[in-house]
Amino acid sequence: MNIDWLRAPPGGRTSPQEILLPVKTRYIALTLVSALVLDLFALPGLLQQIRPDFIALTLIYWVVYHPRRVGFLPAWSLGLIMDVADGSLFGQHALAYAVLMYLAVLLHRRIVMFGMRQQIAHVLVILIVSQLIMLGVRSMAGADFPGALYFVPSLLGAGMWPLLFNVIRVPLRPRSDPDAV
Amino acid sequence: MEYSPPPFFKRGPSLLTRFTFFSIVSVVLLVADARFNYLTVLRQGIAAVVYPLQRLSSMPGGLVARVDDFFVTQSQLQRDNEQLKRQELLHTGALQLGKSLESENRHLRQLLGLRERLPREFIAAEILYSNRDPFTRRVVVDKGFQHGVKAGQAVVDETGVVGQVTRVFPWVSEVTLVTDKEQAVPIQSVRSGLRGVTFGIGYDGTLELRFMPVNADIQNGDLLVTSGIDGTYPPGLPVAVVSNVERNAAYPFARITCTPSAAVTSFSQVLIVSTADQLPANPVTDDEAGPRGRKAKK
Repeated sequence: MNIDWLRAPPGGRTSPQEILLPVKTRYIALTLVSALVLDLFALPGLLQQIRPDFIALTLIYWVVYHPRRVGFLPAWSLGLIMDVADGSLFGQHALAYAVLMYLAVLLHRRIVMFGMRQQIAHVLVILIVSQLIMLGVRSMAGADFPGALYFVPSLLGAGMWPLLFNVIRVPLRPRSDPDAV
Repeated sequence: MEYSPPPFFKRGPSLLTRFTFFSIVSVVLLVADARFNYLTVLRQGIAAVVYPLQRLSSMPGGLVARVDDFFVTQSQLQRDNEQLKRQELLHTGALQLGKSLESENRHLRQLLGLRERLPREFIAAEILYSNRDPFTRRVVVDKGFQHGVKAGQAVVDETGVVGQVTRVFPWVSEVTLVTDKEQAVPIQSVRSGLRGVTFGIGYDGTLELRFMPVNADIQNGDLLVTSGIDGTYPPGLPVAVVSNVERNAAYPFARITCTPSAAVTSFSQVLIVSTADQLPANPVTDDEAGPRGRKAKK
């Protein structure tokens, strides 16, 4: 089985060695809005329940690689939007995203030093903790545990981390100019 | 604090400060929403902003459905058409009978001096998607308060009660299914006339008839219909069929499980029934009743 895409990009370690174009704020906003659209996308039945939280993943990416570009306020506002769109308790996603931001900023220096597999493990922990926060909030409001399927989005989300990593970077990679020296 | 820049770079408040601030605001919002049901206006405002995005993201699915609709075979259309015509014939017969019964009923009620039943209005709505929140059983339908939907109205399909409108947004509204945890429907058994209340237990396809004494006259296969005494659900709509009765003398109440009549998981078109505003005022005001739970306000 070819797992080259799972390995770190050339240079031994992951990203710091890869030279990317400067990130425009517009591009960050675009990725977050696309993640929101992906999260709002209506899916049939079971797929809906196991869909990974793309907003959480995208937020983790920007916070880990550009910790000063995305602040708490946009993340928290996206959480409120998700609460309204989901029909969940107002502030539930917002609180979860605040915790996610905190963990991601706290861990960003070590995450960038790791290879892809260790990064997946870190992302998985962050996603699971944010889901546990939501579970705790809902339990206090009187809901039952919805079953083990509840944690599948985190697992899938962490599994999609390499994909997201590469997709976000596509427009940031410098285009090689064939006419250059 | 692991992540603190040297003090001579101005970088705003520290990570922990920002985290604490946003967490506290979130918790305040959570309490305001869960405990006191405030923030409806804020929620509706955000919903109006998100609506275009929601439409945008539901477009590909809608397009697939439309293309799918377009390529229906002639024979299937003919078959459907025939079937619908036959059904309509049957319904017309029942409707005529119903009309005569209705006028007779009105006449008798006038004679008896009973309060007249107001005719109910129906709004046809289509289910857009089921809610993503895994803790609840809710669906979103394509009619909102722009179309006259109000929170608290009953939602039915052709086979029975589906649920109740719980949140209304400008162009969509949210329907809590009868299978949602603690969603209550006042019912009456058709066979024995016994009144009770069914509660959803949070799984699809199961309801529970609570607070029935162990010797209550309930059997497997009993049809439960809405009793209409709550003023929300019109009387006589099928809600559920009793599927299992456990009588254990060790407990004060029998354990009665029911299966909902409406296809709660698989319908696509529903009717929203207007609530009759003809009930006398509740003799117990909210203040006297003490603090009420989130679900009790529905």
